[in-house]
Amino acid sequence: MKKHVFIIGGGVAGAEAASQLVKMGFDVTLAEKETQIGGKLNQWDRLFPSKRKAAEVLDFINKNLVDSKARVLFNTEISKISKQNGGYKIYAGIEECTADAILISTGYDVFNARIKEEYGYGIYENVITSVDLEEMFRNGNKIFNSNKEEPKRIGFVHCVGSRDEKVGNHYCSQVCCVTAVKQAMEVKEILPRAEVYCFYMDLRMFGLQFEDLYRESQEKWGVNFIRGRVSEAAENIDGTILIKVEDTLAGRPLKMKVDLLVLMVGFVPSAGTTEIGKMLNLDLTPENFLKPADEHLDTSSTNLKGVFIAGTCKSPKTIADTFADARAATLKIKEFLEGSEK
Amino acid sequence: MNSFDIFVLPFAIGLYTLLIVFFAKVFDWIKHLPVGDRRKIGRGIRSRKLFGVVKEIFLESLIHRRIFKVNPLLGYMHMSLAFGWFLLIVLGAAESKIYGRDLLNTPWDPIFFKYFKHDTNEFHSAFFNFTMDFLLLFVLSGVFLAYLKRIYARLFGLKKTTKHIFFDRLAIISLWLIFPLRLLAESLTSGIYHNGGFLTDGLGSFLAGFMPVGHLEYTAWWLYSLSVGAFFVALPYSRYMHIPTEILLIAMRRFGIKTTTTFTNFSQIEVYSCPRCGICIDKCQMTSALGNEKPASVYFLNTIRAQKVKPGLSFDCMICGRCEQYCPVGISLMNHRLVQRNKLISNGYNFQFLKNGIPEKARIAYYAGCMTHLTPSIEKAMIKILEKAGTDFVFIDKDGGACCGRPMMLSGNFEGAEKLIEFNRNNILKSCADILVTSCAICYKVFKSNYDLPLKVLHHSEFILELVKSGKININKSGLRAVYHDPCELGRGSKVYEEPRELLSHALELVSTGYDRENALCCGGSLGNIMLGYEEKNKINAAVWKEMMVNDPEMLVTACPLCKKTFNKNAPVPVRDIAEIIADAVQISPVKPNHQLAPEQIAG
Ligand SMILES: Cc1cc2nc3c(=O)[nH]c(=O)nc-3n(C[C@H](O)[C@H](O)[C@H](O)COP(=O)(O)OP(=O)(O)OC[C@H]3O[C@@H](n4cnc5c(N)ncnc54)[C@H](O)[C@@H]3O)c2cc1C
Ligand code: SF4
Ligand code: SF4
Ligand code: SF4
Repeated sequence: MKKHVFIIGGGVAGAEAASQLVKMGFDVTLAEKETQIGGKLNQWDRLFPSKRKAAEVLDFINKNLVDSKARVLFNTEISKISKQNGGYKIYAGIEECTADAILISTGYDVFNARIKEEYGYGIYENVITSVDLEEMFRNGNKIFNSNKEEPKRIGFVHCVGSRDEKVGNHYCSQVCCVTAVKQAMEVKEILPRAEVYCFYMDLRMFGLQFEDLYRESQEKWGVNFIRGRVSEAAENIDGTILIKVEDTLAGRPLKMKVDLLVLMVGFVPSAGTTEIGKMLNLDLTPENFLKPADEHLDTSSTNLKGVFIAGTCKSPKTIADTFADARAATLKIKEFLEGSEK
Repeated sequence: MNSFDIFVLPFAIGLYTLLIVFFAKVFDWIKHLPVGDRRKIGRGIRSRKLFGVVKEIFLESLIHRRIFKVNPLLGYMHMSLAFGWFLLIVLGAAESKIYGRDLLNTPWDPIFFKYFKHDTNEFHSAFFNFTMDFLLLFVLSGVFLAYLKRIYARLFGLKKTTKHIFFDRLAIISLWLIFPLRLLAESLTSGIYHNGGFLTDGLGSFLAGFMPVGHLEYTAWWLYSLSVGAFFVALPYSRYMHIPTEILLIAMRRFGIKTTTTFTNFSQIEVYSCPRCGICIDKCQMTSALGNEKPASVYFLNTIRAQKVKPGLSFDCMICGRCEQYCPVGISLMNHRLVQRNKLISNGYNFQFLKNGIPEKARIAYYAGCMTHLTPSIEKAMIKILEKAGTDFVFIDKDGGACCGRPMMLSGNFEGAEKLIEFNRNNILKSCADILVTSCAICYKVFKSNYDLPLKVLHHSEFILELVKSGKININKSGLRAVYHDPCELGRGSKVYEEPRELLSHALELVSTGYDRENALCCGGSLGNIMLGYEEKNKINAAVWKEMMVNDPEMLVTACPLCKKTFNKNAPVPVRDIAEIIADAVQISPVKPNHQLAPEQIAG
């Protein structure tokens, strides 16, 4: 009989793993709590580093998944998982399934910017997040402030909810720096006369071509970079936002009025990741992501036999890294299932 | 009556040593007291305050009322030891004086009375024999509880008991022996002469049945005398110094003397008045949430007494006031911490950035505070309420303004804080307002305690309550179940407990926790402790969250922007400020927006 793998979460990681595991000859069920595959990717317009449309990547994983004929349960959340005959019994929505292995790919949530109340998200209309800005891009590249006017000056705040002990997250979310650079250029494309400022602590351009994007943003698009943390934002009567920044290169405090403030929200473990982790009693990293069995030698297994992890439920990642990680997990699962046959 | 034997010497030497050392100390303390404080004593002694002093000494030094409030069993233990012993001394003295018909007998007459007095035919003997035995039993029950407390501290509501220094141990061992030895000595004597009461004679007759009581008697009296002598010698160097010192403390405090910004001899007396009861250890969240007992006030006072104050310890305290709230001696523990900080800080600040502006004039001056600027939802809610109620107000620190000075004060920089206070005070006065309203519990505390303003200072919860009561705004009540967190600076710091609760009860259902009002926990975000890292603060906050959620509220409401920010991380339910709750619950009522109200109408 074919071995059965149950996958929780149908973002890039879960969908890619599902089609790969079918190709390897396993029975696969994928449970996704939403009505569509792709997770966060559905919210992005164009992707770094190449500015290709997110829709292209979505089409790719959707097509593979449909072709693979893996069983996909939409609108499905997991209420309970118990051990059974060396495998697992999973209560998914109204169904009860048995599985020989479980792959968790429940991803991340963006940091809730309301917690950082001094930036006024949810209070001032002209403070938005990087996610909101992507939505503007997807809705036909229209950027307006609350008065339905085109903003003349736009600020990007890096590290919102990341590298910030005050909110309890001291880690770097990795992709927001380059996302800010990408978004700043896109804004200049749409509003060539607008002034764009990025306020950063330091720029983490770790991927190939990221540094080139950073250079392009300054040389070709005239984006301004100011090293310093925004300490607070206040709303003027006309709805513009007054920000206070400690410019750490110039060594003095700075006040600036912007028409739109974009918060580069970081990664936190998704609610589903936390919930499943608790359900199975999985080990967590100090940052509360799911912890791999070994940080170098086995990054796909967990402390529980037969339970594997892939994608951003483990740590912040780019899409390319998420793909690679999902495929790595499938190999580990194959090894486990075939080893247990003997 | 022959009333001398060589064995009275240890007792006598001990007693005279104690008296000499203690009175030398008292003399020195009073002599070097600040002049103002000395005058207060002079005036106090001649005033009716003296009655209060006597009453408090009776209630606190003998009955230990405040300890009873914390834990009845602990209270009984302290009372039986103190009050019981006190009565033994008083009655013993009376007995010996009546019997000897000598008002000026030696101090050891009553102590060794039974050894020297064998006939029991006097008409009053039956009374004394019974009462003295009864009192001895009373004290012994306290001694027994004291043994028990060492083993089962939890019975007494204490999770931790104080760790003792050498003289404490010497004193405690001799104290624990005094009363059992007295029982033994009196019983042995009564075994021979039957001059005891129900307890000593009963035990004596029993022992006489199988023991050579005649031979043992003398040794037992020797041991008794030695234990009392040892206790008296150790006393001034041990925690038991608190017994005589607390009397002094109560009197001076009643005469109006306090520890404020400098360490005076009165502060020294406070330090010596601490019995190291250990109540403050459990109350401190550094202990309960972080497992770190070191910063507890009892140990901090120890270092002051030993003149070994460590800077780290001075700053490792949230100035939350929980220990002070429950300290049975009423020592100003927080001021002691700040005074020590004051000795350490350097005053290199320049205040040239303070630029005087001219605020508009209005009836109400609203001062949001720096923390409120970091929580704009509170600021917005307040402006909405002020406008809805049609008040004539000016937003004093709209563009930032200067800090209220309280954070500097908490760091021990009283001189720097004074500069900020002066600056803000001028600005507030220039607005010609009758009422100053602030949204920040921290600002409120300093406005109330240090600004000396000739106008009414209200926290926004008090102010909004006045608006509701006088019908200036109407609010809708919902069925939402919320828990209210008392901010340290507003609750214990300024004693505002009821107004926020009353106000909230107009808008939602309040559920309680085990930590309401005086017993409220610190959210962990305190500006008072600069030694804590964010991780530790988060840990404290997580522990507080657990307690706040016991009755499953749907929301946490607080009245301080810093508390709100602190609770907001890892919040299991939404966190809001009291002003936000009211701003949302305000009815769209027919109050005319520009109708200006006289201040006495708004908050009269
Ligand atoms: C603003 C922003 C822009 C970005 N832009 C780029 C970019 O341009 N290029 C790039 O390489 N990367 C980008 N990223 C990163 C990219 O979004 C991630 O690498 C990628 O989405 C990770 O995919 P995932 O499958 O691990 O997680 P997710 O996309 O979070 O997918 C998790 C899935 O699991 C489901 N799920 C969760 N819990 C449960 C449950 N209990 N039961 C069932 N299903 C559940 C969710 O609904 C979701 O579908 C960006 C990130 C941000 C924040
Ligand atoms: S990637 Fe950049 S913006 Fe994001 S957390 Fe790291 S340093 Fe901050
Ligand atoms: S400081 Fe107060 S509570 Fe603490 S041990 Fe001393 S008397 Fe007890
Ligand atoms: S003020 Fe608070 S933190 Fe400081 S010692 Fe007392 S209880 Fe502990």
